[in-house]
Amino acid sequence: MNVIYILWLRQLKRYTRSKARMIGSLGQPLLFLLALGFGFGPIYEQAGGGDYFQFIAPGIISMGILFTAVFSGIEMIWDRQFGFLKETLVAAVSRTQIMFGRTLGGATVAFIQGLAVLVLAVLFGFRPQSLALLPVAFAAMFLTALLFTAFGTAIASRMEDMQAFPLIMNFVMMPLFFLSGSLFPLQGLPAVMTDIAAINPLSYGVDALRATLVNGSYFGLGIDFLVLSIMTACMIVLGSRLFSKIQL
Amino acid sequence: MSSIIDVKNLTRRFGEFTAVDNLSFSVEKGEIFAFLGPNGAGKTTTIKMLTTLLKPTSGEIRLDGHDPIHEQNEVRKSFGIIFQDPSLDDELTAYENMEFHGVLYGVEKTVRRARIEEFLKVVELWDRKNDLVKHFSGGMKRRLEIARGLLHHPKILFLDEPTIGLDPQTRNHIWSYVQALNKKEGITVFLTTHYMEEADRMADRVAVIDHGKLIAIGTSAEFKEKTKTSTLEDAFIALTGNTIRAEEVNAQDAMRMHRRAWGGRS
Ligand SMILES: Nc1ncnc2c1ncn2[C@@H]1O[C@H](COP(=O)(O)OP(=O)(O)OP(=O)(O)O)[C@@H](O)[C@H]1O
Ligand SMILES: [Mg+2]
Repeated sequence: MNVIYILWLRQLKRYTRSKARMIGSLGQPLLFLLALGFGFGPIYEQAGGGDYFQFIAPGIISMGILFTAVFSGIEMIWDRQFGFLKETLVAAVSRTQIMFGRTLGGATVAFIQGLAVLVLAVLFGFRPQSLALLPVAFAAMFLTALLFTAFGTAIASRMEDMQAFPLIMNFVMMPLFFLSGSLFPLQGLPAVMTDIAAINPLSYGVDALRATLVNGSYFGLGIDFLVLSIMTACMIVLGSRLFSKIQL
Repeated sequence: MSSIIDVKNLTRRFGEFTAVDNLSFSVEKGEIFAFLGPNGAGKTTTIKMLTTLLKPTSGEIRLDGHDPIHEQNEVRKSFGIIFQDPSLDDELTAYENMEFHGVLYGVEKTVRRARIEEFLKVVELWDRKNDLVKHFSGGMKRRLEIARGLLHHPKILFLDEPTIGLDPQTRNHIWSYVQALNKKEGITVFLTTHYMEEADRMADRVAVIDHGKLIAIGTSAEFKEKTKTSTLEDAFIALTGNTIRAEEVNAQDAMRMHRRAWGGRS
């Protein structure tokens, strides 16, 4: 427990000490929120979709979480390069504990980032449908954060340096985001698109947020939480496996 | 006496290059053992294999009766290590680095607090304890690494060139401390260094390796006698020859990078 706590604390301290990073990583979500939210708003409304800003806000919150989470996971590569990883690797602590502590820390950071995007969205006019459902929304946000931090850590366990990072950015993270239904409704899309969305774990995070924040679910909230939980558990197990295989 | 480290036919290859070549030796419980060799001899690679960080290509290791490949956790419980390369978290303060280590190694809170203060004072960093490590000088970082490595008292202590880049005062300080630890608590010390007079003064026994192979093992006195020299440094040079290793190592490193660039995993 103590070990998990100290690993969690370390991630949090590193994050809160880097003000540039905290603010910098809000830039992209904010841009998407404003440019797309207000830019496509009129067309969306004319087409009978309703308020696009309300619709897109949960998607952008998920995006903020996704990016911060994967980054915090992948950050482990820096630990490898700056040598700190050795310090944790030789400790007589189970790899699962180390993996879990780090992931929890990274996920907390990503969750905070998601909250910040939510607050920004509210400042620009977003209105959650019900305050009572807010805790459920937070749960979905945290699960999403946990899932993708574990995912980032798993990737980092297999990488020696940052060279493959652009690859991951363009071929993993961007597709995850754009093909998740975060920007458009999944209803009535061609089957290819909905099939892809259905195998994309981020879709369930977005969907759960939409269900709780604006009332409009595609998969159903129960399914969302089921898929998110199972995927998160699998990813943590996989991450621990890969982590314990690291050699220096 | 019984041995606490047993190495049999240990070999490690990186691609076609053999970094550690059929190495066999043992270290007695409570001994201070110096593991010497020119740059690139395979010292760090051996230590990595002993400390579960790297898997051997072949051979057998027993550390306090356990096997670093199959009983990693038992092995990890038995040793502490000060790495040759940096291993601090630059974004944390000196104190936080110490605290992190103490918690990770299960050092009980009151003992932890007391030792952190004691060691930070020993390495003269107590005044700077709340400064981020990234603002430290090279020597200060090194001293912090050492203080951190001594925070918990394991059965075996690995010191991979611990005093590299430190001033003579600090070096003396640290070695006296390690010696006292060895005497008082019977901790086995496995050290590498390029300062031969340190090895001469500290070590009960010395092993010399070169190109991954064991060349000689014995007491410093035996070495001097065998090579008819008066210092361990001269004995070392007599045993390992006069060529400078940096060039060879660089050639190997260049090949290694070449291989990597072409997608081979080395
Ligand atoms: N991961 C690796 N991949 C390829 N070659 C490696 C790797 N690690 C070490 N080597 C090679 O193995 C050899 C032994 O390296 P090692 O670090 O064990 O030397 P050393 O005895 O500790 O030297 P020094 O005194 O300079 O610290 C070197 O030639 C080095 O280039
Ligand atoms: Mg070395």
